[in-house]
Parts: sequence; structure tokens; C-alpha cells
Amino acid sequence: MMEEQRYVLELQHISKEYSGNPVLQDVSLTVKKGQIYALMGENGAGKSTLMNILFGMPVIHSTGGFTGTIKISGEEVNFLSPHDAMEAGIGMVHQEFMLIPGFTIAENIKVGREDTLPTLPSRVFGPDLERLNRPKMNADARVALDNIGLDISEETKVAGLPVGYMQFVEIAREIDKKNIKLLVFDEPTAVLTESEADQLLKVMQSLAAKGIAIIFITHRLSEVMQVADYMTVLRDGELVASKAIADTSAVEIAELMVGRAIEKLVDDDKNTKVSTEQNEVALSVKDLYVDMPGETARGVTFEVKSGEIFGIGGLAGQGKVGIPNGLMGMFSSHGDVEIFGEKLNFTKLGNALSKGLAFVSEDRRGVGLLLEESIAHNIMFGAMTTKRDYLSNFGITKLLSAGRMNRHAKDMIKLLDIRCVGGGQRVGALSGGNQQKVCLASALTMKPRILVVSEPTRGIDIGAKKLIMEYLAHLRQEEGLTIIMISSELAELRSICDRIAIVSDGKIEDILAPDASDAQFGLAMSAAAQNSEVS
Amino acid sequence: MERALGALKQGAKDFGLPRIIILAFFFILLLAAALVGMDIPWLISDVLLRWGMWGILVLAMVPSIRSGIGPNFGVAIGIAGGLLGALVSIELRYFGFLGTLDPDGITFGLVSISLAVLLALAFSSLLGILYGLLLNRVKGNEMIVSTYVGFSFVALFNILWLLLPFRSSTSIWPIAGQGLRTTINLVDDFGRVLNNLFRVEIGNFIIPTSLLLTVLLFCFVIWVFNKSRYGMVMTAAGSNPEYAKARGINVNRARIVGTTISTALAGVGIVMFSQGLGFLQLYNAPMWMGFSSVAAVLIGGATVKRAAIFNVLLGTLLFQGILTVALPVANELVPEGNLSEILRLIISNGIILYALSKARGGSK
Repeated sequence: MMEEQRYVLELQHISKEYSGNPVLQDVSLTVKKGQIYALMGENGAGKSTLMNILFGMPVIHSTGGFTGTIKISGEEVNFLSPHDAMEAGIGMVHQEFMLIPGFTIAENIKVGREDTLPTLPSRVFGPDLERLNRPKMNADARVALDNIGLDISEETKVAGLPVGYMQFVEIAREIDKKNIKLLVFDEPTAVLTESEADQLLKVMQSLAAKGIAIIFITHRLSEVMQVADYMTVLRDGELVASKAIADTSAVEIAELMVGRAIEKLVDDDKNTKVSTEQNEVALSVKDLYVDMPGETARGVTFEVKSGEIFGIGGLAGQGKVGIPNGLMGMFSSHGDVEIFGEKLNFTKLGNALSKGLAFVSEDRRGVGLLLEESIAHNIMFGAMTTKRDYLSNFGITKLLSAGRMNRHAKDMIKLLDIRCVGGGQRVGALSGGNQQKVCLASALTMKPRILVVSEPTRGIDIGAKKLIMEYLAHLRQEEGLTIIMISSELAELRSICDRIAIVSDGKIEDILAPDASDAQFGLAMSAAAQNSEVS
Repeated sequence: MERALGALKQGAKDFGLPRIIILAFFFILLLAAALVGMDIPWLISDVLLRWGMWGILVLAMVPSIRSGIGPNFGVAIGIAGGLLGALVSIELRYFGFLGTLDPDGITFGLVSISLAVLLALAFSSLLGILYGLLLNRVKGNEMIVSTYVGFSFVALFNILWLLLPFRSSTSIWPIAGQGLRTTINLVDDFGRVLNNLFRVEIGNFIIPTSLLLTVLLFCFVIWVFNKSRYGMVMTAAGSNPEYAKARGINVNRARIVGTTISTALAGVGIVMFSQGLGFLQLYNAPMWMGFSSVAAVLIGGATVKRAAIFNVLLGTLLFQGILTVALPVANELVPEGNLSEILRLIISNGIILYALSKARGGSK
């Protein structure tokens, strides 16, 4: 029994599915008193779902609940709302701040739990009319602020505080709750500057020293290495590994996050790797800076040869996704980029497109497709706008040629095995995998010289995944198309790419051959973490 | 049998329940009109006339919705431009621009209205560009902003109507010798020209052929534009700006183009409206025309994100049809004093409210 008590939180065999899709499978973890427990994993690995279950969020109950048990300090609990979780001593520091701008820091810390003094009306009409005990509230707030080393008056209004301070006010609010046992930090450093992040980590350590257990959700390896005691990696809803930080290394964690038993996605006979070293340079990128929030590229340099499949990998948030988005002009960027020797003009919208670069975006529904339009319309649209294809003469103007559009859509549907009722079906009604095939068909219809595919297999089923990968290999082999593929799935990159660049901290850390060892990839991916360990 | 029933069900779903209800209401009104002994052919003629008069004003909603600014509540801006165009055309006639054309001949009428339309297009397009630039600064709040910009334009033009140096005796107050009248008779200009050209009369039933053809012509032009490259580009920019950006489309420019076409159509629309009425209505008359136009297109099945020509034609017919039939029926049923006017307001605003609440509509 005493042994049990050591754990503040025990999650046992937690499983959850959303309308038949398992998002968490048999995940168990235990957090001790005063421990900093890092919860890691790529986007969509199931971290948020796990936390929603812990807090009894309504979204969990309205979608059929979950299986498994939750114990707080050895007692089984079943939270029906976040309020229950709060009562039991669990707090959350949100990624987006939940503060009231017009209130002072003290008021924000105490909101919902105000100290009050009785007044004459309150004696008659009940406690709702009691007045605030401001001196006590301010004093309590001061204690909480001092605890986290925030040197700012508790009577300052929250509106206008720097972002970093707001984060600390959130923490102060949580630790002011008297019985707080467990605090969840959901990617707290994502919006902070480096020095603010450092201070936050220190605060976490001092809180842990006071006996509060902390669950620390983050992508950043360096932070985990710096403060965490224990870590768990989730991947596609499954627990990959749980290890004490002392027994592991940044390199190993990076491997755990991306590596998995390599499944053969493309058969070798379908992807004969030819030497492209003698070929001309298709794309040359020098010192590319892309200001994409969360995926900033800071001085990327690489060259891709014609006819090559070039992979770009790395952990989330390191900047790999920023590279294609910057090239396509989605975010402000600068640098020297040449496409088949022609200089790319970043100030001219659509310049990369007209130079023969086609892009399949990682944000399928947001950027990749017109969800309300038909499959055929989506497929022809890019070629229609950039190349003025699929138009036929109509008096003084040119109109869409529905016949050619539909014939081409039919070919593409057959070629890529898009499962649909026909070319006229609304794209929004398709499954993720089939939507992705439409995106690919649309990019190919533009007859690009270089095809850039960003996260082509995110969120799609294995069948569609295999088909898309095989088709990419086929395009290169049969048509000599140059392909740049950005992916979080190292296994995928390794199964078709000729060379793989690993992006870390916004820069290319290393360019590796697909058959380089897991350790080498792990080393490159965790480079930023190791650098900060040394410094 | 089963399949036919299925197809029918799907067809009804595409058409949309709100439209079926409104259509049923329209027929019930017609039935009521017949029961109280009203002249049905005459009523239907009036519905057709109003359909033609409002058609282009409602058509103005299509480019604005497709370009992403939503229903153009600010058609008053285009209307102001259109009125200015019509007024200048009157002025030109007054100073002898039309030369020796026979004032009673058909050529005179056609030249007169073409002139008014061209001038309306010019003035409204200019205002539309400025209006588009403004709307690009208030992204996300277009509907409310455009409503109030429309109101402000009405106020601004109220001042201009008093100050602009028009001289034509048809337009200005005869005694004061300056300032434009509240209603200007178009009998010497293009009043009812298109109503009467190639008019088909069968007893009391009248079809304003040329007016309807003109509306259909403008619908066709917009339909062609929608199928053209830039039309599709504009639609994409409107329905998903990020998608458009990734394909090298200048979203702001597409929005300005959409707003400008919409405003220009509103200018033409008010010329057609005045033509059908036989009068120009200045000052506060355009204030609420935006709401009627928006309501009509929404009733026709458009949403704030999608609109097609079909929505315009059906919506205008239903909206104006109900208003036209409801008023005399209400008059017959409640002859006492002001009640019928109140009833009319309840019905017209009720349809607008219903249209706005059902803004999702069918898929066509």
C-alpha cells in the first residue's frame, strides 16, 4: 500500500477511439511525487487526447468515453469535468493563455476562488454579495509570484504584459491552488523567448523540488534533457518507450520519436536507385530564411540534382516544413534560390510555380484543396491558373473546357486509384488518403519540373500510403521527375530517397544516405539538444 | 419506382427545404388572391415586372459572394453610382447630346438607356474599386462594415444630390432652381423603354420581354465570367484564400475585382429598376435595397460563401413574387387603415429574417 502511495498519478491501460479510429491504445504511465515527467511525441501521437482524458474533458465523454483506469494518489477517480480534476489537485498550464486581460495579476490568480469578507447585504442576501478581501488576495498572489521568481507587482493589469509573463501568471494561478499535486505543462516554451524558457524550466524544477509532480509536454529534446527525470514517447497512439532520463540520451530519444521497425513501403525493383551525381542541378538553395511560425528555417543550404528524390526530415518544430512553404511564397522568406539556374523572386507571388515547382502541401484541407469543389475541378485548377490549360475559346474569351477537365480527371482517378463515385464528387466528402491523391494529381497536372511533397502520408491509411510512395518512385524512374519529399516519418524517407537532409534548429544538420545507421540519424536530429547540453 | 423516388428525394434535397416552403407559401398566396377575387394574370404580370426590375441588383450579390466578401450589403454604393450615371444621361439629353433623334422613337429610348447604363457602369466601377480597397482592410467583418458603409454612402449622396450642379429641368426642383428632386420622372428619357419594347400582351397578362432578356443577358455575362480563368481564380480566392495563395493568386486583387463587378452591377441594376418603375428615386430610397437584394439571393439557395446564377433567378422570383402578391392580398383581407402596411412590413422583413437564418441553403 505504501508503495502505491508514492505515485501521484497512475494511468493504467488507457485506450480511446474516435468513431472507430483508435487514437490511444493501452497506454500506461505513472508519475511520482516531485518528478518532472516528459511526454513526447510528434503531432497526432495522442498526447492531447491523453491529457483530455486525464482532465475529464467533455469531448471525451461525448465521444463514447475511454477504457482503462486513472488513479490519483492511489485512489481510483473518474473525472466528469475539468472542475473535478481541479478539485482533486490537478492543474494545467495552457498553451493558449486563459487570462482575463482587464483584471490585475492578483485577480487573475484568484479568479473563481476569491477571498471574501462578509458585508451587510451579504448577511441578508447570501454570500454572493460579500466583498473581496483584496489585501489577502494580493498577499497570496505575491507569495505565488515569489515562488516562481516573477518580480512584478501583483496589481499590474494582465493586458499588455509580455507573452512570457502571461505564462508565468498562469503558473502562479495553478500553484496558488492549495492542494495542487500535479501540474500539466502543455508545450509551455513554444511561445517563449530563450531566456523566458530558461526561467520557466527553472521554475518547473523548483516546483518539483517542493513536491509537485509535473507532466511536461514538449517537442524540444534539449529541454527534456535539461530538466526531466523520466520520459515517455507516444507514437500513433501507442506507448513506444518509457525511460529514466539518466538511462538514455538525446540521440536515443530522437530515434524513439521517429524510428520504428522499418516497414517496406516500396519494393526495390520498383525503385532502382540510379546515380544522379552527374546530372545538372535542379534546385539550389542558399541561406534560405523562412519566417513560418513554429517551423522557422534559419539559413538552409542544399542542392538537389535533376532526377533525384531528395528527402528532408527532422523533428517537428525544427523548421523542415518551413522550407517548402518558404519556397512557394506562403510565408515571408529570403535567400538565394535557383530553379534550373533561374533565380527565384520571392517578392513575386507564384514565382516558384511559374518556374516549374509544384507543391503538395502538408495542410491538405487548409491549403491543398477546395473542399467544396469537385475532384475534377481540384485536379485541373493549378494547371488552369498557372499554365492556362483546360480552357477553350469562347468568342473573345476562354472558358473552362469541361470535357477535357473530366477526361483528365477520369485518367487521374484510374491512375492513382482514387476511390470515389466519379470526378464530379465533392472533394470534402473523400477520405484523407483519397484527398491526398487528389492533391498529388493536381500537382502532377501542372507538369512540374520539380515536385515538392510535404508530409504526403500524414493521417492516411497504409494502403494509400504505399500507393503514393510507389507512385513517387515510379515518377522518378519512368519520367525522371525531380522530387523533394519532406516527412516526419524517417522510415518513409529512407524507403525511397537518394539522400536525406536532416533539419535541426532551422538548419540542415547533416545530409545522410538512406542506409545510414539509426544512430547517425538520431545524432543529426538531436543536434540542437546536444549543443545546448554542452553549452 | 424505388429509383425514381430516390432521384426525387435527392432533387428535393438539392433544391433545399427552405425553397420548397417558400414556394409553397407563394402558391398559397396566389390561391388566396384568387379566392378574394383578384386579377391573377395582372398579379403575375406584376411579379414578372418586379423580377426584371430586381434581377440585376440581386445578380450583384454573385461576384461579391464568390470573391469572398460575402453578400454585398453595400449595394447602396453601386446604386449611388448608377443614379449618378442616370442623372448625367438626363443632363446630356437636356443639353442636346441625343441630337435630332425622335423623342418618341424606339431608337431614342434605346440610346438613352444604353447611355445611362454605360455611365452607371463607369461611375459604379470607380466607386467599387475604392470600396474593394476598403473591404480589404476589414477582412472578416465585411458584412457589417458593408452595411454601414452603404448607409454612409446614402447620407453622403443625400448631400451631393443637393449640391451637384445639375441643370436639367426634369431633375431639379423647379422653384428653387437647384437641388435634385426626390423622384425624377423618366418619361422623357428611358422610363419603361424595355418594359414596352417587344411587350407581349394577352388580355391582362403582360410580359416585359426586353427587360427580362436584358436581365438574362447580364446573367449570361456573369455566368461566362464565372467559367473563365479569372472567374475561377476569384472563386478559389473567395472560398479558400490559403489555397489561392499557394497557387500564386493575389487574393486581395481578386476581392477587389469581385467587389468592383458587384458594385458595377448594382449601378446597372438601379438603372434597370428605375427604368421599370419609370422614375428615379433619390435620397433615402436606396437605403434598404441592400437587404432586399441579399435576402433574395439567400432565399434562392445561395450561402454567404457560395452563389450561382440559378440562386439569383429563383430567389428574386420568390422574394419579389411573395411581396407583390402579399400586399394586395393583405389589403383585401384587412382593409382597415394602416394594418395592411404593417402586415406587408411583417411579411417582407419576415422573409428577410428567414432567408438570413437559413443562410446555408441547398447545394445549387
